[in-house]
Amino acid sequence: MSPTRQRAKAGTGAGTAAGTDASGGQNPRREEGLSAAMSSPTALELEQLVAAKEVMVACGPGGVGKTTTAAALAATIAARIGGRVLVLTVDPAKRLADALGIKGIGNEATRVPTEAFERAGIRPKGELHAAMLDMSESWDALVRRHAPNKSTADQIISNPLYQNISRRFSQGHDYIAMERLFELHEDGDYDLLVVDTPPSRNAIDLLDAPARMQEFFSSRLLRWLTVPYRSRFVNMASRPFYQVADRILGSQLLQDLADFFILLQTMREGFVARADAVGRLLRDPRTTFLVVTTLEAVPGREASEMKAALAERHLHLGLLVCNRVLPSLLIDPAAARAADRLAESAASIGERLAPELTAAGEAVAPEVVGRVVEEVAHSFSNFRLVANREAELLRELSAAHDVSVTVPYQPGHVTDLAGLLRMGAGIWQDEPDGESPDTRAPGRARPSASRSRRT
Amino acid sequence: MTPLLARRLLFVTGKGGVGKTTVAAALGLLAAEQGKRTLVCEVEPKGDLSVAYECGPTPFQGRQVSPGLTAMSMDTEASLREYLKLIARVPVVGRIGPVASAFDFVATAAPGIREILTIGKLCYEVRERHYDLVVVDASATGQVVGQLAAPIGINELVKVGIVRTQTGWMLDILRNPEITGAVIVTTPEEMPVSEAVDLSARIAEETPVKLASVIANRVLPELFGTREEEIFESMAAPPVTKALAEELDVDVDALTSVFSAARLAVTIRRDGAAHLERLRAGIAESVPLLYLPYLFGRAHGARAIRQVARLLGEEL
Repeated sequence: MSPTRQRAKAGTGAGTAAGTDASGGQNPRREEGLSAAMSSPTALELEQLVAAKEVMVACGPGGVGKTTTAAALAATIAARIGGRVLVLTVDPAKRLADALGIKGIGNEATRVPTEAFERAGIRPKGELHAAMLDMSESWDALVRRHAPNKSTADQIISNPLYQNISRRFSQGHDYIAMERLFELHEDGDYDLLVVDTPPSRNAIDLLDAPARMQEFFSSRLLRWLTVPYRSRFVNMASRPFYQVADRILGSQLLQDLADFFILLQTMREGFVARADAVGRLLRDPRTTFLVVTTLEAVPGREASEMKAALAERHLHLGLLVCNRVLPSLLIDPAAARAADRLAESAASIGERLAPELTAAGEAVAPEVVGRVVEEVAHSFSNFRLVANREAELLRELSAAHDVSVTVPYQPGHVTDLAGLLRMGAGIWQDEPDGESPDTRAPGRARPSASRSRRT
Repeated sequence: MTPLLARRLLFVTGKGGVGKTTVAAALGLLAAEQGKRTLVCEVEPKGDLSVAYECGPTPFQGRQVSPGLTAMSMDTEASLREYLKLIARVPVVGRIGPVASAFDFVATAAPGIREILTIGKLCYEVRERHYDLVVVDASATGQVVGQLAAPIGINELVKVGIVRTQTGWMLDILRNPEITGAVIVTTPEEMPVSEAVDLSARIAEETPVKLASVIANRVLPELFGTREEEIFESMAAPPVTKALAEELDVDVDALTSVFSAARLAVTIRRDGAAHLERLRAGIAESVPLLYLPYLFGRAHGARAIRQVARLLGEEL
């Protein structure tokens, strides 16, 4: 591709370029044949988005390739647009960590060497850094920051209840990811932060994590629980709770809890102020959210809920990424007709072709050829059904979006930076460079972008 | 090994998005059709079960889906309430509001409290023989180990009190492989298979429950054998395709697309087969691996559940 050098004006990324048209590709109701001409507007839109934003939060249902998408975006932005880009991943597959050169665990960011890009045949304009989010290390750092002194911090960190919260409390993970993001943003070492979000029970929880953390520290319940358990002045409100809890859980646990909550109280002010700031960063105009999904029913439903949740909270949706989409050749009516004709004529094709063909050096029976023809036609109509369902879901999902891209299904997986850049090329909508034909979805499996504005 | 549905308590788990709920719902339906009084319980009350059965809300008290089949959603507060009433006989039920929310708070912090209420309720249904089989649409990989191990973990934390005395009988149920089993659902993809393999090891090491079965969901059919693939490739050679297009009176590009689609199907299938081999190698040999085909048609809702139940019945 030839990157557009036009400098994007600060704005929402819903810039000036493409108007309200869309490529054919995935969407059968739209006109075909625009793919080549359409590749630059998406690249331009992405460039404008990146120019205007400092933080990109990838969210969406689990199992759709969110982590890989975040990494591919970050790598491609670093390569094509430039700047210092950091991708913060939560729980990368080992191969992805390897692809990014993240060694071991820990919060330390490492730079992906320029040579790695060069090996992938690209001279990067900027720098790519990668970091993994280590939950317990991040929690410990947070406690050390907010605890009034070192001995309180040590007490909290060594408390078994704290160990439990910091390692298992999944809503805590949501918060810590956002908190770490805030910290990195504050440090100001990077032009762009791309963050992957932890798998959570509900992707929407993530958005409310800072508010919930504030609630946690401000609630009356915490005050109740911090009334020293053995105090003779246990107040009237909490007495029934302790009576019940005592019988069920035993007094030692309650004592431990009370101790723990008293320690937590010492961090209250710092925590509340911090959670507030984290929440503000998410709402900041410099922050944008990417919703990543596949076009299957269940993830699609979650993505749609995610979209609604973002809108409801006035959070900016920068990009909808539909991953692993089947190629558009499957919904081509002419191809469908060809498949139907194959199915109808399977027997006669078998008769005619069998004498011309051999398999394993031997002649083949007409019935075998006929069966192959039938299988091909049948497989086409099966996949066509799925591709049509995907197209419909895409239409429903992207109706209210500024920019959406579809990334074609790629057999195999990303094992190196080159793979990430290839996926990035898919998002950028150009033919990936140096791709061998056998690793590519057949035919003109072009990703498509659509832009629609809702008034 | 005890046949899967001859057990009394099945925990269905796996990575998010692999079809856990579908499999749990189908197992429940299949058992009910075999005449077992069956309870299917979703541990994360997200309403997935109600979507699967298309049956409306599935409350903690349970909802009858079809004869012999009841669906419910876990609610730890309701479980606590029931527990207090039935087991602890604590007379605070009328004023449980603030107590429950305080409890909720404690449960968030203290390891295993919420989990024990979940597991406790399920074991209770088994112990009381309210049902012949309880199928649990359990939590995903990340949390299920903590849930299953809760009765062990709670002993480390709670030294005295009713909770502690209650863990013994739960462990008796969970440890017995003829009564309880875990079912890991996965798909022939990289991350789900890796997680399934890790999870099978963690279940063995960290929980009292034994792995009963692994179910590979959404497995694509094999399109061709080797000989057939060779025939296909000869047909897809440009001169042959061109002649064939003329013969069928269709556009040659269109026919090429059809062949490309077949090649894609073969590639996806081959990709998945490699993951399935890794899966087979990664789980104990004694654990049966079942396959469920990819459903090209509707992949969710009551009709799909019936279809999966039928397919599972054939596999079992």
